[in-house]
Amino acid sequence: MSGQQHHDVHTGADHGTLRSYIVGLVLSVILTVIPFALVMAGGLSKGVLLAVIMVLAVVQIVIQVIYFLHMNSKSEGGWNLITLWFTILIVGILVVGSLWIMHHLNHNVMIAG
Amino acid sequence: MTSETLKHHDAHAEGHEHHDAGATTVFGFWVYIMSDCVLFATLFAVFAVLGTSYAGGPTGQELFDLSFVLIETFVLLASSFTIGLATLAMHRGDKAKTQQWLLLTVILGALFVALEIYEFHHLVGIGATWQTSAFLSAYFTLVGTHGLHVTSGVIWGLVLLIQIGKKGLVATNVTRLSCLSLFWHFLHIIWICVFTIVYLTGVL
Repeated sequence: MSGQQHHDVHTGADHGTLRSYIVGLVLSVILTVIPFALVMAGGLSKGVLLAVIMVLAVVQIVIQVIYFLHMNSKSEGGWNLITLWFTILIVGILVVGSLWIMHHLNHNVMIAG
Repeated sequence: MTSETLKHHDAHAEGHEHHDAGATTVFGFWVYIMSDCVLFATLFAVFAVLGTSYAGGPTGQELFDLSFVLIETFVLLASSFTIGLATLAMHRGDKAKTQQWLLLTVILGALFVALEIYEFHHLVGIGATWQTSAFLSAYFTLVGTHGLHVTSGVIWGLVLLIQIGKKGLVATNVTRLSCLSLFWHFLHIIWICVFTIVYLTGVL
């Protein structure tokens, strides 16, 4: 285990430990089974289910970024995290913007029709 | 690269000369992955806009088998875990274990691609092709692009297995496996979005 203690800067990030991978795996399994079970069982209203599975997906992504990608504010002098935040911003603009514009287009077409 | 450096790395001490080059390469690869995120974001946006445009064709509820998707998910999650173990073995300097875990990762990745091809074949067989509706065009483009990424990851893993077999855990191979593991974890993160937005939401 001593090999895991030494920090090389080779990858620019922490390597993590066996423990971090196992924690990440167990949490990911739980966060995968819950949404599948909820949707397959049915019963809850569509809106509630939609909100729950979206939240669980975001939680699982954060878990994996921390436990599998070992992302923290120190890796590669913070540049990894800065590029990640920038990408999240762009992805947000792209997805939300597309939905927003297309929704309004549909709306206008319906009025015109 | 000098033979002295190679020897240095065979002893699993990190040569100072390679610190910066290796770290810069991995960071550059990270930036590529971030741009790949934007590519997937455009495909997700397309799917979000067109996901209910069935054009009289089948809906997600009629097409998707969630238990099958759950198996695919676990196969990919397992491979994301095993490549993590491969990198841990690599940093311990354990060449044999690195190769074993990487081989298992590649096998699981290939199994995932096989399951996806089976699923696509099944869908096309029952007449749900990319020409059927905007929903299915967006579906095949998004899920197919992810599948192509996994396929290229499998090929990359196979090449890396040969490279590690020939040269061992030299600095260049350490950098390569570090990049591949980032790529592989990233692909599973994209898959979380796929099963949530495409499959689970599609069945609701």
